[in-house]
Amino acid sequence: MSADASPTERRAKPRVGLFVTCLVDLIRPSIGFAAVKLLEDAGCTVDVPVQTCCGQPAYNSGDRATTRDIAEQVIAAFQGYDYVVAPSGSCAGMIKAHYPELFADDPNLLPKAEALADKTFELTSFLVDVLGISKVDAAFSGTVTYHDSCSGLRELGVKTQPRKLLASVEGLTLVEMNDSDVCCGFGGTFAVKYSDISGAIVDAKAKNVEEAHARTLLAGDLGCLMNMAGKLSRDGKTIEVRHVAEVLAGMTDEPPIGAPKLEKGERP
Amino acid sequence: MNVHTTSPQFKRNAARALADTQLQKALGNVKQGFIDKRAKAAAKLPEFEALRDSARDIKNHTLENLDLYLEAYEAKVTASGGHVHFARNAEDARDIILSLCREAGAKTVTKGKSMIAEEIEINDHLEKNGITPVETDLGEYIIQLRHELPSHIIAPAVHLNATQVEQDFRRVHKNLDPNRDLSQPVQLLSEARSVLRERFLAADVGITGANFLVAETGTSVIVTNEGNGDLTQILPKTHIVLASIEKLVPTLEDVSQILRVLARSATGQDMSVYTTFSTGPRRASDADGPENYHVVLIDNGRSAMLGSDFQEMLRCIRCGACMNHCPVYHAVGGHAYGWVYPGPMGAVLTPALIGVDKAGHLPNATTFCGRCESVCPVRIPLPKLMRHWREREFERHLAPATFRSGLAFWSFFAKRPALYRLATRAAMVTLGFAGRHRGRFKWLPLAKGWTKYRDFPAPEGETFQARWKRERSRRPA
Repeated sequence: MSADASPTERRAKPRVGLFVTCLVDLIRPSIGFAAVKLLEDAGCTVDVPVQTCCGQPAYNSGDRATTRDIAEQVIAAFQGYDYVVAPSGSCAGMIKAHYPELFADDPNLLPKAEALADKTFELTSFLVDVLGISKVDAAFSGTVTYHDSCSGLRELGVKTQPRKLLASVEGLTLVEMNDSDVCCGFGGTFAVKYSDISGAIVDAKAKNVEEAHARTLLAGDLGCLMNMAGKLSRDGKTIEVRHVAEVLAGMTDEPPIGAPKLEKGERP
Repeated sequence: MNVHTTSPQFKRNAARALADTQLQKALGNVKQGFIDKRAKAAAKLPEFEALRDSARDIKNHTLENLDLYLEAYEAKVTASGGHVHFARNAEDARDIILSLCREAGAKTVTKGKSMIAEEIEINDHLEKNGITPVETDLGEYIIQLRHELPSHIIAPAVHLNATQVEQDFRRVHKNLDPNRDLSQPVQLLSEARSVLRERFLAADVGITGANFLVAETGTSVIVTNEGNGDLTQILPKTHIVLASIEKLVPTLEDVSQILRVLARSATGQDMSVYTTFSTGPRRASDADGPENYHVVLIDNGRSAMLGSDFQEMLRCIRCGACMNHCPVYHAVGGHAYGWVYPGPMGAVLTPALIGVDKAGHLPNATTFCGRCESVCPVRIPLPKLMRHWREREFERHLAPATFRSGLAFWSFFAKRPALYRLATRAAMVTLGFAGRHRGRFKWLPLAKGWTKYRDFPAPEGETFQARWKRERSRRPA
């Protein structure tokens, strides 16, 4: 936002705090930049306060005290924004569905947790449901298939929003896989603690992905994407895996998830 | 805890199940059959979602007033000429049932399908005391022949195929023609039917479970698809109903509402083939029915769940939809859970009944995908309740030490953003550089569980927060 913007313009531009998510921060920052582009193109001002994680690893491990400490940090860091947007249904779901539950017995923090929950959204649902966007300015040639990540789907109702936006991408064809709404077997620490079962579930998912005969697999959560990409590459499959934001933002210069990063002139 | 419990060895059970090709094939049927049928049944009924709310509310109301409804129910049963026996635990229940069977001079007892009967292991107890229990539900009959536990709460033999059943029948039904044709499932069915018909007629006592107990009328309700429950409870002189205390509902109207979601959630049927209401023993004007009607009301851990974080679990009406939709159940089947109740409902209920120290794996071995909750007819928040068990484990230091120290290490940084940025920045530069060329790691230290089955995608190298600071600090504000 330029410094000389009038007060009215200032108010008209929603201020969005980007909740990058720890996985995007550490593993694939380009998803975060794609999210920033989508939000800025949609007329938002985007800021990124200092952050670590939403606390889900502690929460799902039964460590409520640590989860509350982390949640308090997040609540404080994102207090000043009109909206909080995450390129993840899982982390947005944590803030939206679970923070209020976490502070249910704390009259001081509960209203703050609820206020944060009310203004927090998963990226595609923010664009479609809150900003009313139905088209993006992007092109992507080829067929894609879309995996519905569990938390986004069942905690936040993210299902039609990414598909609606993908339909506006020039050159893109969406083919649905079987059981697109069935878990990929990631489940956070589950993938490591119960790797045999996780391995079997992602095996079934990979078969469904393959049978869709799409060139690219998309989803809205990097945890699931790393799990599926890791399985597909382990099995020697050439299906590209990307976060849906990368395609919607037209930012696909970065190699797909798990693919080699080549210098100019280098061959795989 | 009983001798069959293998819940502590869940991981070993799971590994074995994953390697069992026959089981894996059988589990494929669960995935395809039940899910489509439920979805179609739910879609056909416009008020299905509203009925789920109503079923939840009825059960909640009953649990809030359970003491009153138990008293009212007992009074009605007594008034109709039946008897109610309260059993605090499995041992009490076994004693009561045995003495009732002895009073009846029973040599054989036919049984309708009942999960609480599995829970209290009544068959073993009767056998030890010289009484022969005969399961009459086809699936239960098959697993009784195999000395197995049910692997599913409504389809106990879902882990088996027809060839295995044929082998069991040939092994056990020795007096039949060894050259008979049993190649078709329908032939297996009619053989079981004719064998069981004799058993029905010879039985001295019939034991059934109950899907519901109605306080208003003192009625027990069972739903079956084979009609075996009716023959079990009508033909012998004595009918014993086994039910845990949370089976109560206030009125017949309430039962009618819940029945509308039960079969649809379970098998996708509008109604089960038989829905049978029993109130007291045979009256003078009745054409048939038992002379004696007993209800054994079993607590066995339920009252301790009342008023706790796990009270909502007592809404469960045992439809099996949660396991039918569970990716973990699809992968490992019911026996891996190691006790009576498998799948998501088992992952919540089992720790409550046998202890989280023994069943701790169950609420941990889940991805929290939430599909179970999304289909539960009484809207039990199963993932939330599983998380509560994890909290109990964490409080009691039951998680493995390596996991706890890993979590503590991560927590230390996650609570200190500045340090976190510094540490992750350095780590990602290193990992990014190491993985740049291949784009993925086939092996990583401390991530064996991950890399056993899949590669670990390499990070880009610079963290988002570092790159953002670098790029945006150059831009005018």
